[in-house]
Amino acid sequence: MIVQNIFFWVLALAMVLGAIGVVRSQNVVHAALYLVVVMAGAAAQYILLAAEFVAWVQVIIYIGAVIILFLFGIMLTRAPMGGDTKLDNDQRWPAAVVSVFLAGVLGALLIDAFGKKEIVISGAKGEQLLQVGKAGHLADSIFTAYVVPFEVVSILLLAALVGAVVIARRD
Amino acid sequence: MTDYYREYLAVAVLIGAGLAMVGGMLGLGKLIRPTRPQPQKYVTYEAGSDPVGGWGQSNVRYYVYALLFVMFDVEAVFIFPWAVRLETLGVQSLISMIVFIVILALGLVYAWRKGVLRWA
Repeated sequence: MIVQNIFFWVLALAMVLGAIGVVRSQNVVHAALYLVVVMAGAAAQYILLAAEFVAWVQVIIYIGAVIILFLFGIMLTRAPMGGDTKLDNDQRWPAAVVSVFLAGVLGALLIDAFGKKEIVISGAKGEQLLQVGKAGHLADSIFTAYVVPFEVVSILLLAALVGAVVIARRD
Repeated sequence: MTDYYREYLAVAVLIGAGLAMVGGMLGLGKLIRPTRPQPQKYVTYEAGSDPVGGWGQSNVRYYVYALLFVMFDVEAVFIFPWAVRLETLGVQSLISMIVFIVILALGLVYAWRKGVLRWA
């Protein structure tokens, strides 16, 4: 477990530095690239938690697709790319208060829920846990209990695409 | 350490080796190369000709391509687990996946019919 703990703290440190880079960067493109570091760290944390499939979904969807959308959004809007405009505003202290509060609430919730629980990924019960993280187990849930939400996802994506087509044709 | 972590340790080692190689080469280059800064060296490369300067806003039509990519990326993410369990889940899951793909394909057909895929 010691090795996992070391990896957890190294990844957590990288994620925190990346997150600070996102909010501190004067260049929005650099901020989006810092976000890649944070999301890759999250994917690695999922792997540490034996959620293998979720980790690769994080890589495919968030790093692969969402960051692409962010960069397109930056290119399409008149975002200050050169770093010549000041991106800072004077909301620093309210933001600090809100983020400390949020971290406190989430941390307290997690410690309350899993604080004394040790999850072992070896042995008979651990093997079961590893199976839960694999793609097949997720398919069992999606295609039996959650078929309707699954189809709703396609409607949502369809709506997003139709909206984008309508906006793109207006020019 | 279980086999699961051992497998991913190899991935971590590979990432570390990649970073070390890039960092080592760039660092070595910085150490041994001569530095003669000239303003021309910092000009953005634009296919060999002098850069126009400034920054042009991209056409909003690119956004449709980005969104199409995201749509079919999400579709692929659902197809992976479905393909793993198709044999055990049977016809019912096949039908749900066909409905899913058809709904997404409707979006593609809509974009096609509206002509946003054509580059005028």
